[in-house]
Amino acid sequence: MKLFLKSEEAPVYDSARHQTPVLDELQEIFRYRELLAKLVSRNIKTRYKRSVLGIAWTMLSPLMMMIVMTLVFSNIFRMNLEHYPVYLLSGLVFWNFFSQTTSSAMNELVWGGSLMTRIYMPRSIFAFTALGTGLVNIVLSLIPLLLIMLVTGAPLRLSLFFLPVSILIVGMFALGVGLFLSTLGVYFTDVLEMYQIVLMAWMYFTPVIYPIEIIPASYVGAFYLNPLYYLLEVFRQPIYLGKLPDLQTLAVACLLSSLTLIFGWWFFTRKADEFAYRV
Amino acid sequence: MNSPTVFDNQPKAMEEWPNNEVVVRLEGVSVRYRLPRERIVSFKEYAILALQRRIRYDDFWALADVSMEIRQGEIFGIIGLNGAGKSTLLKVISRVLKPTLGRVWVRGRVAPLLELGAGFHPELTGRENVFLNGLLLGYTQAEITNHFEEILDFADISGFVDAPLRTYSTGMVARLGFSVATMKQPDILIVDEVLSVGDEQFQRKCQNRLTQFQENGTTILLVSHSTDLIAKLCNRAAWLEHGQLRMIGEALDVVAGYRGNASP
Repeated sequence: MKLFLKSEEAPVYDSARHQTPVLDELQEIFRYRELLAKLVSRNIKTRYKRSVLGIAWTMLSPLMMMIVMTLVFSNIFRMNLEHYPVYLLSGLVFWNFFSQTTSSAMNELVWGGSLMTRIYMPRSIFAFTALGTGLVNIVLSLIPLLLIMLVTGAPLRLSLFFLPVSILIVGMFALGVGLFLSTLGVYFTDVLEMYQIVLMAWMYFTPVIYPIEIIPASYVGAFYLNPLYYLLEVFRQPIYLGKLPDLQTLAVACLLSSLTLIFGWWFFTRKADEFAYRV
Repeated sequence: MNSPTVFDNQPKAMEEWPNNEVVVRLEGVSVRYRLPRERIVSFKEYAILALQRRIRYDDFWALADVSMEIRQGEIFGIIGLNGAGKSTLLKVISRVLKPTLGRVWVRGRVAPLLELGAGFHPELTGRENVFLNGLLLGYTQAEITNHFEEILDFADISGFVDAPLRTYSTGMVARLGFSVATMKQPDILIVDEVLSVGDEQFQRKCQNRLTQFQENGTTILLVSHSTDLIAKLCNRAAWLEHGQLRMIGEALDVVAGYRGNASP
């Protein structure tokens, strides 16, 4: 009789051993990295599965939005900004990334979390999936952005190669916010709806579609309190100004995104074991 | 009850398992659900009540101070009425719920046959779903790739592997779910009596596979309402009542106790 699996190989689960959630969760998400990649590809594949244009929508929708807004803002509001389409589209691409990543981190956990009450998986996988999906989308939407730069004759500079760093910084911030919000969302479903309104207001208070120069001097101080202002600059300057972000902005952005990520991670992992009781 | 059952083999005497070390150990495990006495769903309400310190909870102990050991190679039965804590116990063992109090220790890969096809997505192809579901169950990409042909053969869906899952029949989806979940021999298998997958012929295939696992040393946790089934299949059993362990021991004794309690 061929008996028994080799006991050395068997994984051991001990509920009493997990005492430092901040580190344990990190280890678990690394162990489940293959699942993470699969969930991201599921999101990308299923989102446009039944549409004729498929994944092209990732690139088309910000492009269409940009065209509509360019018409509205340069003709009706007479916004005279050089290469306005590039300014606008880079802002929109940034905004879509931030808003989609943070909202879907929350939605995936709250609505998709029933899976979590049936099978074990690291709870942060939902937020990471949202981030991964967002990263694929932002990279894809850089294609129409470059196209618009070529078409409108905006200069293409070497500073574009700084974008991966910018995206990393913005991604860290979005992940931190997403983790924080999804923890809240588990306890209060209202947060999901409330956040959509907050996002809309937040977008108008961030210089996404207009330059900060049009803000009256007496209000401009308040704009510098908005963390997304610095993150947007770090993303936009290499595209629109064709130069590396200035050191001060970069430093503030790095600091903000690391602190947000650390806080979000701590907040999330502290509560994560309770989620299966709640969702 | 004459529903088709998962096993039809007789239990082996414990002496046949020379290497019967503990694979699952529960030490004083309790699971508490806190239900707010008033239903609070909005943030505003919560903030107001929290400020007034008026949030009161009803504690509900789904499991209360349960201790047990399950040894390798056993077929271990769990009986109890609805709401007695059987599913909570399984959730604690399969790591879904972390116990509020106490300690759970499990050695080996646990395959829960309660959630077949978890995470299946109707728009993805059979192939993509096999990988997604397999990874969710804790298999690695490489393991799934190695067993891929076997999974398809066993589920008998080879011709449809690249069609979206929404085009599959219910039976095909169930067969695929079972095949993925049992692609490799698990150390611990959790089975619900009501598990019924596909037609009679496929059920026989499932039974054979599970029996084979059991003969090769897999520990089996069987949840059932049917005391006949527990008495017939299991070495040992536990009887849960209102979250508490009412009795644990030889399956026949526990079943006798349970029956005696049900019809005094």
